Formats: sequence, C-alpha cells, structure tokens
Amino acid sequence: MTNLRYDETEEALRESVRALLRAHSPWSAVLARVDGVESYDPGLWRRLGTDLGLAGLAVPEALGGAGAGFREVAVVLEELGRAVAPVPYLGHAVAVRALLTCVETDLLGEVATGERIAVLAVPFATPPGPPEPTVVGGGDLTGTIVGVADALPADLLLVPATDGLYLVEADGPGVSRVPVVSLDATRQLCDIVLDGAPGRRIAAGHAAVGAVTDALTAGAALLAAEQVGVAQWCLDTTVEYVKQRHQFGRPVGSFQAVKHRLADVWVSVTEARAVARYAADCLANDSVDTPVAAALAQAYCGDVAVTAAQECVQLHGGIGFTWEHPAHLYLKRAKSAAIGFGTADRHRAKLAILADLPG
Amino acid sequence: MADDDDAAADRLRDRVAAFLGQHDPHGDRIEFLRARFDAGLAWVHYPVGLGGLGAPRHLQPVVDAAFVLAGAPDNQPRRNSIGIGMAAPTLLRHGTPDQHHRFLRPLWTGEEIWCQLFSEPGAGSDLAGVTTRAVRDGDDWVVTGQKVWTSMAHRARWAILLARTDPELPKHRGMTYFVCDLSGPGVEVRPLRQLTGEAEFNEVFLTDVRLPDSLRLGAVGEGWQVARTTLMNERVSIGGAPMPREGGMIGLLTRTWRDRADLRTPGRHDEILRLWVRAEAARLTALRLRQQLVAGEPGPEGSAVKLSFAGLAQAISGTEVELLGADGLRHDDWSLRRSTEPDLLGRGATYRYLRARGNSIEGGTSEILRNIIAERVLGLPAEPRVDR
Ligand SMILES: Cc1cc2nc3c(=O)[nH]c(=O)nc-3n(C[C@H](O)[C@H](O)[C@H](O)COP(=O)(O)OP(=O)(O)OC[C@H]3O[C@@H](n4cnc5c(N)ncnc54)[C@H](O)[C@@H]3O)c2cc1C
Repeated sequence: MTNLRYDETEEALRESVRALLRAHSPWSAVLARVDGVESYDPGLWRRLGTDLGLAGLAVPEALGGAGAGFREVAVVLEELGRAVAPVPYLGHAVAVRALLTCVETDLLGEVATGERIAVLAVPFATPPGPPEPTVVGGGDLTGTIVGVADALPADLLLVPATDGLYLVEADGPGVSRVPVVSLDATRQLCDIVLDGAPGRRIAAGHAAVGAVTDALTAGAALLAAEQVGVAQWCLDTTVEYVKQRHQFGRPVGSFQAVKHRLADVWVSVTEARAVARYAADCLANDSVDTPVAAALAQAYCGDVAVTAAQECVQLHGGIGFTWEHPAHLYLKRAKSAAIGFGTADRHRAKLAILADLPG
Repeated sequence: MADDDDAAADRLRDRVAAFLGQHDPHGDRIEFLRARFDAGLAWVHYPVGLGGLGAPRHLQPVVDAAFVLAGAPDNQPRRNSIGIGMAAPTLLRHGTPDQHHRFLRPLWTGEEIWCQLFSEPGAGSDLAGVTTRAVRDGDDWVVTGQKVWTSMAHRARWAILLARTDPELPKHRGMTYFVCDLSGPGVEVRPLRQLTGEAEFNEVFLTDVRLPDSLRLGAVGEGWQVARTTLMNERVSIGGAPMPREGGMIGLLTRTWRDRADLRTPGRHDEILRLWVRAEAARLTALRLRQQLVAGEPGPEGSAVKLSFAGLAQAISGTEVELLGADGLRHDDWSLRRSTEPDLLGRGATYRYLRARGNSIEGGTSEILRNIIAERVLGLPAEPRVDR
C-alpha cells in the first residue's frame, strides 16, 4: 500500500545528510563557488556519494549498491534542495535508473560506489515522453546535445542516439563539453558536442526508448523531492526573518498581510510534500501509477518551490535582493527546476492523456 | 509494533464475529446499535463502559469494516456530525461520569442528535465575545441570549453551549460551558434560510432557559478551555474518509468534461487540468495526514486540509457552472428544505457552487485558519489586540 510517511531509517538518513551538508556545504560556501568557472563541489560529492555511500542508494546490494531504493534517494534530494548543494546527485540518480533498466551489471558497480559519475545526456528541459535523439549513432557518435544538467563533472555519458542508447566516456576522444552560463549556477548546464566519439551501445530499439523514458519519469518524480526541500528552506528562513525584523514598532511577521501569505506557502509546501512522497513511493515500488505520479509531481511541486522562493525574496525586502543573501540561489534553483524535465503545462498535457481528459 | 497491531486487529475481528453471532444485524436497528455500543465496539479507543475498549484509535477501521462486511446498519455518522465529531470528545474529556453515562450512548447510536450553540450575531470569529448570559439560581442556571447559524438545531435534542457567567472578568475568563436541553421551555428554534434557499442552520433564542448545574461541563469560568477541545476536534474531523482519485466534486466535473465534448475549449481544458492536479494534491495530503495519525504522529496538516478543501470546492464548483454554459443558468430547486447536511454531490452544479461559499466560513473562516497556521504552526507573532 502507498506509504506517504517517512520511516525511521529515512529520518536517520535525512539527519546524516543534513549534518554533512551543514558541516561541508553551508550556503556561504555555495555562494562562493557560483562565481567560479565551474561551481560543482567535487569534495562534497566524494563525502556524500562515496564516503556516505549515497551514490548507489538505489542500486541492489548484489550489484554493488546500498540496496535501499528511490524513496531514500528522494529523502537525500530533499536535503540537497534545502542546501542548494552543487553536486550532480540528481543527474546521477536518473542515470542509475536508466542503467537499472538496461541491467548493465559491471557498470552499475562502478557508479554505485560513486567513483564514477554517470549522467543521461539529454537537455535538462526535456519534457516527459521519449525524446527525439539529436545524435547520429552507428558506433562513432556525432551530434550536439544542448543544456545538459550535471554533465560537467560526469565521467560517463548515457547518450540516446538514433539507433539506441550509448555509453560514452565523458573525457574520451571526440567529446567536448562547453559550459553554459546558467540561470542556476548551482546546477550548471553544459552543451555536449560529439564528433565521431566512440560509444558502446547498451540498449537498442524499444529497450533503449524504454530506458530513457523510465529515466525521465524518474527524473520528474525525484526533482519534486528537491523542490520540496527548496520550498521548505525558503519558508523556514522567511518565517525566522519576519519574526525578528521590526518595522513600525512591531515584528513584520505580526502583520496579517505577511502572515497569510506565509500560511498559504506552508499549505502548499505541505501539499507538495505529500505529492512528492507519492511520486517517490510509486517510483520505488514500480507502481503502475508512476507515470501519473511523476507528471502530477511536476505539475504541482515546481510552482510551489518558485512561489516559496519568490516570497522569500519579497519578504526579506532589500536584503532579499542582494547577492550576499542566499535567497537568490534558491530562486534560481527553483525557477530552473520548474523547467527541468518539462514545464508544468507539459505535464498537465501528459496528465490529460493519462487521466483521459481530452482537450 | 506492526505485529502487535496485526494480532490486536485479529482479536477485534474475533470480537465482532462473536458479537454478530449473538446479535442479528438485520433485526431492530437501534437495538443492534445499542448492543454494539455496550460491547465496546462503537469507538474502540473510548474507555470500557463508554462504547470502547481502550484500544488504539487507528484500529477503528478494522471494526467498521467487519460490520460493513456483515451488512450491519451503521450509526449514520453524517446525520450527527457535531455530536460525534465535536460533542463526544468534549464530553469524554471534560464531562463527569454521570454525564458520560447519560449522553454518550444515545449520541453514538444517533437516537439523540447534537448541535453547537456557539456563534452569536455579535460573536463569530471572535467567539470569546459571546454575550448569552447564564446566571446561577440555586441548583440551576438561567440562560438568556440569542445564538445564530446553528446547524442541525431543528433536529437536535442536545446542544453544546458557550455562555457568559461573569461579565466582570476579561472575556476569555468569564465563560462557562454547558450542555443545553433543547426540549425544555424557553428554547425557540427558527429556520434561518441560506442563500441556497434551504435552511440547514437556524436562529436559536434562549429565554430564561433553566439548566440544572449537572449540565455544566467543566468548572465555572473554564468555558474557554473546554471550548478549545471542541474547536480542535472541529478542525481534525474534516477530511474524514479516504477518497479515491476523482472522488468528490472533481469527479463530477471530469465526468461532465468527458461526456460533453461540445463544451470543451482550450482555456477550459487547462483550467480543468489545474483543478485535477490541485484535487489530487489535496487528496494525497489528507491521505498522508491519516497515515500519520495512524502512526501516532498527529501533525498540523489538518488545518491545511480544511483550508485547501474549502478553496478547491469553491474553485471546482465555480468552473463546473461555467462549463455547463446555458445549463449553468438553471437551478434545480429553491424551496426551503430543512436539510441536515450539505448535499454537495446529490444536487445540481449551481447548488454546489452556492453551498461551497459556506465552506470557507463554517467551522472557522479561511482567514482565521490562516491566522492559526501563522501563529501556531509557524510561530509568528500575534496581532496586537485592543480587547484584552
Ligand atoms: C453553513 C454554516 C454552518 C454553521 N454552523 C454553525 C453551527 O452549527 N454552530 C455555530 O456555533 N456556528 C455555526 N456557523 C457560524 C460560523 O462558525 C461563523 O459564521 C464563523 O465563525 C464566522 O463568524 P461570523 O459569521 O461572525 O463572521 P465575522 O467573524 O464577522 O467575519 C466577517 C469577515 O471578517 C473576517 N475576519 C474576522 N476576524 C478576522 C481577523 N482577525 N483577521 C482577518 N479576517 C477576519 C472573516 O474571515 C470574515 O471574512 C455556521 C456557519 C455557516 C456558514
């Protein structure tokens, strides 16, 4: 049966991830990085993915992973969202999902330990459904894929091509990755140009389409968890701020215009959490409702995070509009994520089909 | 824990089976319900002797399901929603043993319906402003005042009543809580017609109504504390039974959408999809809340559920009327019905639209709910007050 709660192990996992992030990736450190050429934090990935063993959370123990599942992955993502952590965890989890479908056992061992970061090479904005490959296959791959998330620090690229799904070494011959100046510098995009890059085909035909579709569905479902984390941080931080900021001789949080808006944010974050938990639970259990749950998650949670971040900037007043305050990191993460794996309207269009609500 | 629960659930099923062996579910309805209460199978989390077994609350569905399976009659909880949802937990918590034994059984069986005499013309959101007076006279209290918007008063035998017993004290402290006998002299119930045409609620005039002191609930002057138990249960009791996807109003809207291709436009399509998404989010939130309650983790999500269900019902019903176009201009019935509960699914779209306006007023307005969330959940400072 559907379980929308967090169990004790999940809460314990949350605590350890939160503690690690508090110690090694405070927002001041994230902010310092976004001015650099590449904002990813390889040290943080090592601690999180390898030392804590979270890279292979969803990989079965027999294949070298931790043998947990996507519910746990979602909990990690909530915390990463809460910290706008610059690590390629989401991209890696999506690639793991594709690899699980392909049953690439050797490879899974490597990615499960976090030694090698894998990423599905599709534009971050790819809406649900099988994408149209822009890469010509046939062994050596040629083509361009624009706006790929988490690909800069990746070691392995899973490339959908015209004749199947290929595995490409990210720093191999014929591969160039061009960093994009991204709205969300904490999840930097890059364009991938393949010019006769050697690749190994790991799935063809229906299997390839299925693997990519499954991975994109997983991405939509898991991104919702991150969005909940982003929204929750924005809400908590704003609530704390309006309690202590005084104007007109009283805390601004005592003004009803402010209180009601924050109450509404709280309601929508509460709802987004239930929606995201449902998506993670469906994904973890291979429920037949997973496509609906994932589309629902991206039709709902993206906007909740954006609204929470916008309110965070607004209710912090002038301070909220400065580079020194972390609010903008969350706003940028939220707005980018609302486009990631397809915008809400595209997911509604998907739901129209899945729920039989024809236009 | 789960194993214990499974074993406890099995024992409860055995109890129900044994009970059904001795009581014919197809015999006299009230006799059957009384016996069920006496066997402790009414609300299992209540104490032994008061309809329960002192069992964990989350096992109640096990018992209910077993009775449903046997085709047994239920106590029609919606007919006595204020009694079961609000009066009973307040009586249990603050009542005397005599009051427990007098009131709980007929309340649960539905032989006696309850209503809530809280609101007054001058005191709604600010409930502590009630002016209905109760004056001590020997062993009795003499009550005089006017209550308003009282749902169910035309069917009720008993009411929970908040009255002022000490006008000298600041407003929260001078109040006392009573059980009011509506069958006594001095009580006049007048239908108060609603914008739907029907009269679910009433005006209630209390003129020198004599209530023995044995009908007082809690200490003199402690009425506000007792009322808080009632109000807390009012918000918790919403969101009730589990609902399937497209259960409730959204299901009516989507059915019309599927059946009537002639009504579809692109703009309306997106609106319907947005409502479908919101309805699903609210449904899953209520489900999550129930799962947390079952696990013994009551969260503040109840306030979220009441607030968003009200907004959603209003949005869905508004869209439905417009979607119907020409048919949305027609209403099914303006007659003054004396209904006891909103018939949101049984009647036409315009009725739903109109009745749903009450969802954000009854049981605390959405504005007050936002204040409560802001202050009690988020811990934001209270408004400065001029009245205390
Ligand atoms: C269908 C229905 C059934 C009802 N059944 C019962 C019943 O059985 N028993 C009973 O006792 N009562 C009942 N009520 C009454 C209900 O509880 C009150 O109507 C409600 O509490 C609001 O009070 P009011 O009508 O006095 O509005 P007011 O309190 O006068 O409010 C008017 C407006 O001002 C807003 N407002 C008030 N205070 C604030 C504030 N501090 N901040 C921001 N906005 C504020 C309100 O939200 C509202 O929009 C029922 C009402 C309805 C509609």
